[in-house]
Amino acid sequence: MAHVTLSHFLVVAGLLFVLGLLTVLTRRNAVAILMGVELLLNAANLNLVAFNHYVVGGIGGQAFSLFVIVLAAAEAAVGLAIILSIFHTFKTIDVRAADLMRE
Amino acid sequence: MEHALNELAPVAVQKVSYLWLIPLFPAVGAFINSLFGIRIQRALGKRAVHFISVGVMVLSLAVAVRAFAELYSLAPEERFLQQTLWRMVTADRLSFDLAFALDPLSMMMVLIITFIGTLIHVFSIGYMADEPSYWRFFAYLNLFVFAMLLLVMGDNFAVMFFGWEGVGLASYLLIAFWYTDIEKAKAGMKAFVVNRFGDFGFILGLFLLFWTLGGVWEPRADVRSLTYHPEIGEQAVPDARNLYEAVGPKAVEKGGRSVKIGPTLNFRELRDQVAIESTGVAEHLKHQTVWGFALMAVVGILLFVGAMGKSAQLPLYVWLPDAMAGPTPVSALIHAATMVTAGVYMVARLSYLYALSPTAMGWVAIIGALTAFFAASIGFFQYDIKKVLAYSTVSQLGFMFIGVGVGAFWAGTYHLLTHAFFKACLFLGSGSVILGCHHEQDMRKMGGLKKHMPVTAWTYLIACVTIAGFPVASGFYSKDEILWKAFCARDLAFLGHSAPWLGPAIFVLGILAATGTSFYMFRSYYMTFTGSYRGGEGHVEEHDEDPHAARSAPHHATPAHPQDNVDPDLGTHAAPHAAHAVQAPHAAAHAKDDHGAHGAADHAHHGGVPHESPLSITFVLVVLAAGSVLAGLLGIPSLWSHTEPILERWLAPSLPAEVHFEEFSHSTELLFQFIGVAAATVGWFFARLLFKDGKSPVPARLKRRFFSAWTVVYNKYYVDEAYHALVVRPALFLARFLFWFDQHVIDWLVNFVAWLGRLLASIDGAIDTYVVDGAVNAVAGVTTEAGRALRRIETGRITTYLYGLTLGSLLVVLINFLFR
Repeated sequence: MAHVTLSHFLVVAGLLFVLGLLTVLTRRNAVAILMGVELLLNAANLNLVAFNHYVVGGIGGQAFSLFVIVLAAAEAAVGLAIILSIFHTFKTIDVRAADLMRE
Repeated sequence: MEHALNELAPVAVQKVSYLWLIPLFPAVGAFINSLFGIRIQRALGKRAVHFISVGVMVLSLAVAVRAFAELYSLAPEERFLQQTLWRMVTADRLSFDLAFALDPLSMMMVLIITFIGTLIHVFSIGYMADEPSYWRFFAYLNLFVFAMLLLVMGDNFAVMFFGWEGVGLASYLLIAFWYTDIEKAKAGMKAFVVNRFGDFGFILGLFLLFWTLGGVWEPRADVRSLTYHPEIGEQAVPDARNLYEAVGPKAVEKGGRSVKIGPTLNFRELRDQVAIESTGVAEHLKHQTVWGFALMAVVGILLFVGAMGKSAQLPLYVWLPDAMAGPTPVSALIHAATMVTAGVYMVARLSYLYALSPTAMGWVAIIGALTAFFAASIGFFQYDIKKVLAYSTVSQLGFMFIGVGVGAFWAGTYHLLTHAFFKACLFLGSGSVILGCHHEQDMRKMGGLKKHMPVTAWTYLIACVTIAGFPVASGFYSKDEILWKAFCARDLAFLGHSAPWLGPAIFVLGILAATGTSFYMFRSYYMTFTGSYRGGEGHVEEHDEDPHAARSAPHHATPAHPQDNVDPDLGTHAAPHAAHAVQAPHAAAHAKDDHGAHGAADHAHHGGVPHESPLSITFVLVVLAAGSVLAGLLGIPSLWSHTEPILERWLAPSLPAEVHFEEFSHSTELLFQFIGVAAATVGWFFARLLFKDGKSPVPARLKRRFFSAWTVVYNKYYVDEAYHALVVRPALFLARFLFWFDQHVIDWLVNFVAWLGRLLASIDGAIDTYVVDGAVNAVAGVTTEAGRALRRIETGRITTYLYGLTLGSLLVVLINFLFR
């Protein structure tokens, strides 16, 4: 069985990041974008944990990723509230509708 | 009166503080009546208007009498009252004050003006009673008196000139008083324009004199050689003030008073430096020439040109007969008694200047004599009573100029005084006749008025006797003195050549004119007052035979003029003037003195019978007739009384000039007085023969016999026509040519310039539109386009920005890899 190295973690995290980024960039559903953001954050978390395990040691990376998870929860709460507000205003959660800043 | 010039002292001046009141009162009257007269007349009636106007005249007369009393109490050589109000102008070497002066000469004038002026104001109350713009008439009269008082009381040429122009204005306003009648308006303009010609000469003479006096101290090598104290001149020139303080070295001791030498407008300073021989100014002036002519002759003649205009001498007399278009009191006051004598006054005032130039004096005397003769001959055949008197005035003014021209300054001035009385009396008498005959001026339609108007007839007869020169009245004394002095004068010169024959020649012309005067005056008397009335029934017929009168009569009867019916006294003057306009052609034929509504109303009242005038008129006539007789006492010749005539003694301090007269024996002088009386008698005899009672057929036969000559004289020698051809038509032609020139050449130039301007402007506009605006718009356009392009980026969608962010991050990473 092949040995799991740092590179494996980094590739998975990179794939996750790219998937998240693509989700954020291409989806029009505001909730989906929020989910994409979660993917991005988790890709970052995976990197933090992997680098902590293979390179640094200790628990700094894990602690940091816990902070990010908390931050992500808060972010999801605030983001959903914003999405609700957008829905109130525009009767849709399509982000293309929310372009009041344009003109 | 032997004055040796070098014994003269400078004028002793008595400063007084009330002189300004004399002209002030009439000015106040004119002010009140011209601004508030119409309201006063409407609210308080005509009484209030003439109360103000006559009141100020009486006040003015009272102050004048007060001044006379003060003047009389002084020693003869100290009779000079002066008051300076304030300095009007200071301009380098020219400065003059608003100042008044009274010396015996101007005192006499002021008394004439205020006294006769007051009488004529009183006369006007009756004469103008039916005039709607009563207030305007009295305002003008007061204005005239004010200006005339300025003229005679002015202490310097400037104040005199203000008065000189002011009386011209008042004269214009009063001649054209009924201005809606075009003929009368034209007569006013004619007077004004002809006077302008004279004033031009006057002011040129004034400038020349001023310039000359400046030259006494300022060396001007190009024009004259300076021989008199050049060293003082050089000292004096840098400091202009010194010119006035500079005192001739020999003149200091004169009576302990200094004599100012240099250019001046002040009569007294002028008199002192010219008349006092030891200053040398007179000697210096005598030898000056300008363009080869004797300078004092040029100055004298130019100043006299002003007098020719104002005093109606040949050839500028033409305005005076036309001036009779004005109301009769105006003719009496302005065009007989006062204003027209301004020229005589001016020559007498400047006697010391005229005495320096025999040529100028000869010129004055010649013009005077020719005018006297010429105007008298026109007077022979006039039918309009006022025209006769007008030509008589011109003729009498000629006599005055003979007097001042030959050097008998006091005699000319004396004739001025007597003429003021008798001619005012004659004019007012004619006014009374005109009023009595319902505004008829044609003597052919009068006759027999003595029955109806005894007071007028008697006063007119007395004035006729006076002007004709019978020794019972004043006219004889003044006229005889003038003609005698003319005969004695030997110093006159004709255009620079000594001419001892000139005096006797002038005497002959004068005697002929005096005979003529007597003839035409008695002719007018006999035609007007004796025989039977020729206008009685004619008044009814007149309306039939005269289409203009017929047209105007119903005009008054219809209620076309509401004002006339509602309030005949106080209606605005527009309506009656409209009536004048209708009558214009009628008035043009005879220059009648009618005033519209009045004539028609009177016809209805009196049925055409002449009537004596009211008391305010007859009273004035009696006073003037008495005055014209009594004025003779002022000039009883020394031949009779063995003492100087009162007036000559009185005027002596004002007339310092000395002129040489040939001495003759007493019997010769007596003979000449006899000739004078004989001339008057001859004139009277023929007038009585031909015109008494209007019965003699001889005048008509003579007229037929010499019809062509009669026509020429009756038409005033066609002088007006000659003026028309020689002056008016060329002037009009010039005006039309200039109008054409203006329309075509000047306007073309103006339009061309305008076109050029427009061309330049359009080029400028194009540059502005395409270059300047283009640049500005280009900047704006580029900015707009850039903005439009760039705003695509700002989609307002997070997604787009994220793309940008991602691409940017990738780019940073890529660059990081590529260029490390």
